[in-house]
Amino acid sequence: MSYQLPKFRHPELPVNDLGYTKADYEGAISTLCAGCGHDSISGAIVRACHELSIEPHKIAKLSGIGCSSKTPTYFLGKSHGFNSVHGRMPSVVTGAALANRDLLYMGVSGDGDTASIGMGQFAHIARRNLNMVYIVMNNGCYGLTKGQDSATADRGSASKKGDPNIYSAIDLCGTALQMGATFVARSFSGDKEQLVPLIKAAISHRGFALIDVISPCVTFNNNSKSTKSYEFVREHSEATGTIDFVPLHKEITTEYQPGHSHEVTMHDGSSIHLYKVDESLNPFDRRSAINAMEEHRYSGNILTGLIYMNLDSRDLHEVLETSHRPLNALDEADLCPGNKMLLNINASLR
Amino acid sequence: MKRIESVNDFVIKFANVNGTGSASANNLFAKALFRMGIPVSPKNIFPSNIQGLPTWYEVRVNDKGYLGRRGGIDIALSVNPQSMAQDIREVLPGGYFIYDSTKALDLRLHRDDISIIGLPLTRICNEQYEDPRQRLLFKNVIYVGALAALLDMDFKVLTGLVEDQFKGKKNLVLPNIHALELGHQYVRNNLDCPIGIRVKKSDKVGDKILLDGNTALGLGALYGGATVAAWYPITPSTSVVDAFEKYAKRTRIDPGTGRRNYAIVQAEDELAAIGMAIGASWNGARAFTATSGPGVSLMSEFLGLAYFAEIPTVLYNVQRAGPSTGMPTRTQQSDILSCAYASHGDTKQVLLFPSTPRECFDFGAMAFDLAERLQTPIILMTDLDLGMNDNMSEPLAWDDERKYDRGKVLSAEQLEAGVEFGRYLDVDGDAICYRTYPGTHPTKGAFFTRGTSRNEYAVYTEKGEEYEANMLRLLRKWDTINEYVPAPIVVDCGRATDTAVLYFGTSEESSREALDHLATEGVYLNAMRVRAFPFNREVQEFIQRHKQVFVIEQNRDAQLRTLLMAEFEFGPDKLKSVLCFDGTPISARNIRKQIKKHLDGDNVLPLHRNTALLRTGESR
Repeated sequence: MSYQLPKFRHPELPVNDLGYTKADYEGAISTLCAGCGHDSISGAIVRACHELSIEPHKIAKLSGIGCSSKTPTYFLGKSHGFNSVHGRMPSVVTGAALANRDLLYMGVSGDGDTASIGMGQFAHIARRNLNMVYIVMNNGCYGLTKGQDSATADRGSASKKGDPNIYSAIDLCGTALQMGATFVARSFSGDKEQLVPLIKAAISHRGFALIDVISPCVTFNNNSKSTKSYEFVREHSEATGTIDFVPLHKEITTEYQPGHSHEVTMHDGSSIHLYKVDESLNPFDRRSAINAMEEHRYSGNILTGLIYMNLDSRDLHEVLETSHRPLNALDEADLCPGNKMLLNINASLR
Repeated sequence: MKRIESVNDFVIKFANVNGTGSASANNLFAKALFRMGIPVSPKNIFPSNIQGLPTWYEVRVNDKGYLGRRGGIDIALSVNPQSMAQDIREVLPGGYFIYDSTKALDLRLHRDDISIIGLPLTRICNEQYEDPRQRLLFKNVIYVGALAALLDMDFKVLTGLVEDQFKGKKNLVLPNIHALELGHQYVRNNLDCPIGIRVKKSDKVGDKILLDGNTALGLGALYGGATVAAWYPITPSTSVVDAFEKYAKRTRIDPGTGRRNYAIVQAEDELAAIGMAIGASWNGARAFTATSGPGVSLMSEFLGLAYFAEIPTVLYNVQRAGPSTGMPTRTQQSDILSCAYASHGDTKQVLLFPSTPRECFDFGAMAFDLAERLQTPIILMTDLDLGMNDNMSEPLAWDDERKYDRGKVLSAEQLEAGVEFGRYLDVDGDAICYRTYPGTHPTKGAFFTRGTSRNEYAVYTEKGEEYEANMLRLLRKWDTINEYVPAPIVVDCGRATDTAVLYFGTSEESSREALDHLATEGVYLNAMRVRAFPFNREVQEFIQRHKQVFVIEQNRDAQLRTLLMAEFEFGPDKLKSVLCFDGTPISARNIRKQIKKHLDGDNVLPLHRNTALLRTGESR
């Protein structure tokens, strides 16, 4: 059962360029377990959209089934939402995005929804490079059905039930890279300072942007032998670097020291400033990204931050050469060839 | 031996090897007759294979305009040694067997009760052509030329057709005409012609066209305003999207910018295909997918979502023989139940049953209006016979004044003016609620679409009474739907009778012919063609009015009959089945035989394992 948040807010909440407060980007109160990593991610989505001054109604939020897929109720209450079928959000969002290219598509999924039942659709949406943000709230287990291991659980990791997982884990970032995703990042629900700019960059990226966010399940998978617990992730994550996101219309106020940061201009004119920690990774080179991920996997650490971004990305609408006017705005005059053509077709069939 | 003698009334069956280009030559033959003003009905009977297996092409030629399969073969033309034994056996007594006599006919196959005509096709080809590919291709054209002489066809029509077919490709026109002449000349010089069966110019075709149902569906989607097509290749539906794409390329690309007013995505599977169609429809575009039985099975979960969340969706189902992979290149009407009640839980899906290419076009376009008006999936049920064969049809037509019915959608202005919005709130009693497209208004009209239960304002609920109220509203919506779907068509036999037949889709033509024939024997039956599910009240009254109704359908389990009994509670005694499920289109003779069997009183068959087989055995 979802409740509406209380309407009362501090009268001097900061407003963004559109005059909206953060509250305008919130949704109903969460019904997830207290301390669930997913709620932090919802909060990060709210903050990113507010700070970027995106009109809430110009966002469509879509999800599959599972704890993670419930979260669209808890953010962006003024946006249309679609809680679809288990593992099938990618196809629904593909259709939606084809119908109207002018909205921002925010897809939310979980590790069961994406890496198991939805693996096929996930692979194909990545290779089609649909223009969307795809956030996986990855906790390594099935929460709603009470804690079974998911396909992203590391081999040997044990959830509350106690038995170590016997299968190898699917790395969604690695899979996305292999499938042709043009923006791949990993983050941690407990690190908003990293996550919020990554979401902003993902929104600005034109193409398929995956953020695999490790998001501990406090009820079933936050114990000492789990590799998806708050403690383990904090101890084992290694960031690729940090990024600042600067929207197009914002003045750059921070002074960036030359040599330490790398400025990248996004499709929409905004820019990100990337401070690299790991000099061996070049996030604009797919091979380098794949190597870095493999090396971290070998050493047992979790690579977080921006892993790969293709600045020459051409999204599905570009590839299909669809009209710049949204397809859902076209009418009879645009679409129907009229009776005269039928007369010609009839004549050719006699 | 009494030869079959007829003018403009016969069945000819070509036996070929698939992948040898025979279909286009056989089509040339059928179309030439059509151009001579004679109604034709060609049916391609092909294997699930690209090259090397037997394939047949059956052409019904009939001046009275019967277009269904009649049953029985008057002329067999066999150029495939693999199937020759079967081909010669199938010829009716008094009929004609034409074969490639380069190799002498196996004496064991010989029959005294038919005329056997040899054409040394391979020899002629070997003498004329060096290139093996040409030898193969022109063999087919040569026998068409030979048939022209044997049947007394107008040779000029054939050559004219070749010229049209290869317009602008002069290097193809002359060799084809030459091949036609080779066959024609051989027969003229060596054989008695015409044979007992012949053709003559007629005027029974009028302004009709020869078109396959799948192309008509693709055009229907185009004219209906579809902008998103998502699909996964599957026989026999593939050519629907091919046709949509072909005509979209001609008409939907902006000449200035080169940008397309459509998007076609070949999905990774049928689940994704319908997911995309649903996502696009949810977002205000007209979208469709096309598939066949196995695809419907995969789409079922999504069909339940679209039913329950009330999202317009258009699905074209070109049925083939199931279950499982079944006979993928043979026809059946066997997805009736799996579509009518597609998905888990209590669902009812709207079905449309076209029976001609013209109806494929009309219903194909209408499906989008219905889907958006009724906010539910519309499943158009055609089949391989209608979809992949050239069917003689009324010409296609479109009213240029026609506007699309986009259904109940609130605009930004209406929302701004303060119209009360509840996504599942029935404000005017037709059980259809207003919806909004994403992005319409900054603060009003957003809602959450979900497959879980929710209240009238689209807020999640697990309260039993709210769930129940919503399910009952969906049932009331079913009554509204009934007012929108195409009504059945009644054919009154003009005599007092308490017996009738009821059929749908591609059983129409054979049923019509069977009834005409029965009438000549003094058996009069009224007829109804059902064109949609939900069944119109007229269907109920029609069945009530008659003591006995034969339900003619092309599946094993009498699925439409089951649906009629489920929806109207008619007892099994009232509805008798006339069935055909061998993968070929139901024939007029088969229908006649089954009905007579029932009427003669021997309809109570002993309980026996082979009862169904006995009942549906094809007549010769």
